[in-house]
Amino acid sequence: MSLDCGWAIQGLAELGPVAEISGALWRLLTLADYNTRVVILGTALLGCAAGVVGSFTLLRKRALVGDAISHAMLPGLGLAYLLALAMGIEERSWSWLLLGATASSLVGTAAILGMRRWLRISEDAAFGIVLSTFFGAGVALLGVIQSLPSGHAAGLEGLLYGQAASLTWSDMGLIAGAAAAALVVSLLLFKELTLLCFDQQYLSTQGYSLSGLDGILMALVVMIAITGMQAVGLILVIALLIVPAAAARFWTQQIQRQVIIAAGLGAAGCFGGSVISALVPDLPAGAVIILVCTGLFLLSATFGYRQGVLWRLWRRQDWQQALARQHLLRGIYERLEVRTPGEIARAGAEASVTVEELLSLRSWNRRTVERVIERSQRAGLVTRIDGRVWLSKTGWLAARRLVHQHRLWELYLITHADVALQQVDRLADDIEHVLEPAVIEELEEILQQRGALIAECPHRSPESV
Amino acid sequence: MVSDSPKTEPDANPSPPLPHWPLRVWDLTVAYQQTPVLWDVAFDVPPASLVAVVGPNGAGKSTLLKAIMDLTPRTSGEIQVFGQPFSRQRRRVGYVPQRESVDWDFPVSVLDVVLMGLYREIGWCWPIRKHHQARALEALNQVGIADLAHRQISHLSGGQQQRTFLARALVQQADLYLMDEPFAAVDAATESAIVQQLGQMKQAGKTCVVIHHDLQTVPEYFDHVLLLNMRVVASGPVAQVFTSENLQKTYGGRLTLLEEVTTALRRREKTL
Repeated sequence: MSLDCGWAIQGLAELGPVAEISGALWRLLTLADYNTRVVILGTALLGCAAGVVGSFTLLRKRALVGDAISHAMLPGLGLAYLLALAMGIEERSWSWLLLGATASSLVGTAAILGMRRWLRISEDAAFGIVLSTFFGAGVALLGVIQSLPSGHAAGLEGLLYGQAASLTWSDMGLIAGAAAAALVVSLLLFKELTLLCFDQQYLSTQGYSLSGLDGILMALVVMIAITGMQAVGLILVIALLIVPAAAARFWTQQIQRQVIIAAGLGAAGCFGGSVISALVPDLPAGAVIILVCTGLFLLSATFGYRQGVLWRLWRRQDWQQALARQHLLRGIYERLEVRTPGEIARAGAEASVTVEELLSLRSWNRRTVERVIERSQRAGLVTRIDGRVWLSKTGWLAARRLVHQHRLWELYLITHADVALQQVDRLADDIEHVLEPAVIEELEEILQQRGALIAECPHRSPESV
Repeated sequence: MVSDSPKTEPDANPSPPLPHWPLRVWDLTVAYQQTPVLWDVAFDVPPASLVAVVGPNGAGKSTLLKAIMDLTPRTSGEIQVFGQPFSRQRRRVGYVPQRESVDWDFPVSVLDVVLMGLYREIGWCWPIRKHHQARALEALNQVGIADLAHRQISHLSGGQQQRTFLARALVQQADLYLMDEPFAAVDAATESAIVQQLGQMKQAGKTCVVIHHDLQTVPEYFDHVLLLNMRVVASGPVAQVFTSENLQKTYGGRLTLLEEVTTALRRREKTL
């Protein structure tokens, strides 16, 4: 590897003025240099295609297939080099090496599929076996090449860790072609690949060839791995397939958006990584690209609005507060109900409960109760004067509805206990949206028989209150 | 064609079967590594019938459906769907798999899943169009969850998942439906929605073969029954075949099940 990765500027140490750095950055970002243009555009396109293909392998739960495939390329590279040496071809001819890599990754893929089918070995075990065996064979071949008198395996070792800086226009053309092909194929087969990832059994009943479509997906992975090898190296290319796709999962629950976001994150990661490695000498582009992608992943995991940590915390708190508010309203209502059976008082001291009474209702501590009352008061649900709490008009209606709903649910769970409702969010879903009218009617009837529009909680007899 | 088929007729039915019965199975044997799961299974499914497939766990019920659709290689036997091999009649067969068979945390909406039933019709590389979406919505309407069309499938209850799968099969407008335990652990609303749908399908001349666990509801929901325990114990109209004797043969005198059987029979006597 003769080219330094910090080719865009001569070295930070020599840089005095800030203007020079920003000038260099500007030149990079505007792709003014020929070299920069090649590297940055090439890797960005690669990242884009890797995000798309990676989304499908991730959803197919085969994220590691890329790892096995990329490692399986190494012995092909070695063999192609040795063959070239023996036949007297220019041994570092790039297309010749690529041919070898493609061939051996295809053999590796076939080995995985074959083991799964005929040896009935589980998929992950097959991946592990192929990955380590092929990589081991590749390392051995590299050793042999290095020991040859005429062997300079440096070019090959560059493929292990990537050599983005040495990308040329023709390499870039190859990357662009492969990336575009991968994009077009995934776009045209979007429906079929989606179905493959979601429900392979149904796919087969519809007359699609399962192994055919899996083969297409694997071929796309091979294309990405082959073209990514020169930029980020065959060890790290797997990260391009997994990291942007996994990061995109934090942003959306819609497959079209998932693919677009993954493509964007992949392109951004590669772009950012190449720019940084061009600015700072001696930073290998492949590693920096992966680190930038991982940075984007961490940002997504934190801020992503589908599954991101912050949003999850926020939603959980929101939910807890809603639950506490509902408990408060129901608590007040049920307290009033017990105190004045029949017609419930709506005004005066009779219509209020003390904070102490509320405290005795649930295992709440005083601070929690105070906070819930405070929040509910702000929401206009209750009024608090000294130690007593009244329901407002809105609060009254809400409490009544809540108690009613709650008791319908309780009744339902008691009378229809054998059904699975684990997914129903009893806070958010109105019972009318989940259960059939006939069932609700039946429940209402039971409630009526117990003497009130809103009967007692079925699991608590009146005496025990 | 059945008439020039050398196979023996599976049952001694005096009236000759029509050439295009929805499903005919001869001598079907399926084995996983020399252990037979289905053994010499033979039965016919008459047109416009609702057939319950009943049998204990491990009786090979799911395997039977999979073997019919070529999802599982069969050791021997022949299967005809409307007089032809399944591979030539795919479009006329709708499949409702067990809902546990997929990962419901997949990034698609309910409508997207239903549209999958139309992929074959839309064809490779062609985009989904407005009228396809309209048909998918109509199918969702039929199973009563049209309002959930744009909901993420990860936010569905078990019953709603089941209805989504049913809609995906319905949108295909097939003539024969194979359903793998559509009633397993669903809410009452879903159960009655499915039953209602089954009735409508029968009226429209469609045939449904349904794996069913709840013996008590067999006489109520179905008109034919296939009692299966590795081999066919009995198959035919519920009134003739669904007897305590046959059930005992199927379930082999397991006490808890016998109890269920008694209740089922008592219930049936009541309905008759």
